[in-house]
Amino acid sequence: MRFAVVVFPGSNCDQDCYHIARDLLGCEAEYVWHHDTDLKDADAVILPGGFAYGDYLRAGALARFSPVMESVARFAREGGAVLGICNGFQVLLEAGLLPGAVRVNRGLRYVCRDVFLKVENVETPFTRLYQRGEVVSMPIGHMEGNYTAPPDVLAELERGNRVVFRYCDAQGRVTEGANPNGAERGIAGIANREGNVVGLMPHPDRCAEGILGSEAGRRMFESVVGALAPR
Amino acid sequence: MKVEVRVYPKEGVLDPQGRAIAAALGRLGHAAVRDVRAGKVFFVEVEGNDAKQVEADARKMAEELLANTVIEGYDVRVVTP
Repeated sequence: MRFAVVVFPGSNCDQDCYHIARDLLGCEAEYVWHHDTDLKDADAVILPGGFAYGDYLRAGALARFSPVMESVARFAREGGAVLGICNGFQVLLEAGLLPGAVRVNRGLRYVCRDVFLKVENVETPFTRLYQRGEVVSMPIGHMEGNYTAPPDVLAELERGNRVVFRYCDAQGRVTEGANPNGAERGIAGIANREGNVVGLMPHPDRCAEGILGSEAGRRMFESVVGALAPR
Repeated sequence: MKVEVRVYPKEGVLDPQGRAIAAALGRLGHAAVRDVRAGKVFFVEVEGNDAKQVEADARKMAEELLANTVIEGYDVRVVTP
């Protein structure tokens, strides 16, 4: 099992993801510089958090044109497991690998704190080790996480069970008060139609081992290892 | 030639920045302000002298990169020298 961790100029969670894959899960991991197009025979690709290209123009807007993204798109089309975390999610949105867009947070502030999430789709390669309806706590850290999409797209996401994570309170209630950024319907993470591409604003990579205070995010990485393991 | 591309939140898309600016203007005494939407302007210099072509190119630029057409609209104006 080999992870490819894409590194854009301005990525800053690439080493966290690499460390999780290699040191915590005992998998192989390779960094892939955004100018490269070779995904190094990876079984899963992670687009990490950070500020690719300084978030110039819009978060993810310039990263989308990096040469590596053509390879990521091809890998995704062929059914490869792709996870976009925070800025990585924004890149997937700009690249059209996931539908919709993010706006500046409702409160116009960078929000950096733990939030509760309800896991709604446990069919994706990154969430199969969670229970449907389970409430987990993960940190967020972003200025543009206010997810939106045209009404027909939102309806399609709901119909296809493609909302993977929703902001909620500790009891799992999806309320306006539990929504940190104004995202439509409390959407924190979504999947593509086939389910192999997943993106989310929260940071499972920042809660993947005890020393960080929580292991709630670790199962996202373990999920994909199990999903792709030879049977 | 010079071409201006204005990019702005689509009608109906929540614009938190515009809303905050409108509130600030209200606090400054501009009581007549009803709404603000905040956008961006790109001043692009392009080689060539066919205004129609330059405008078409600028539209393509807006579609491909300058605007995120999920949430943003745009318009293009060729500034004749």
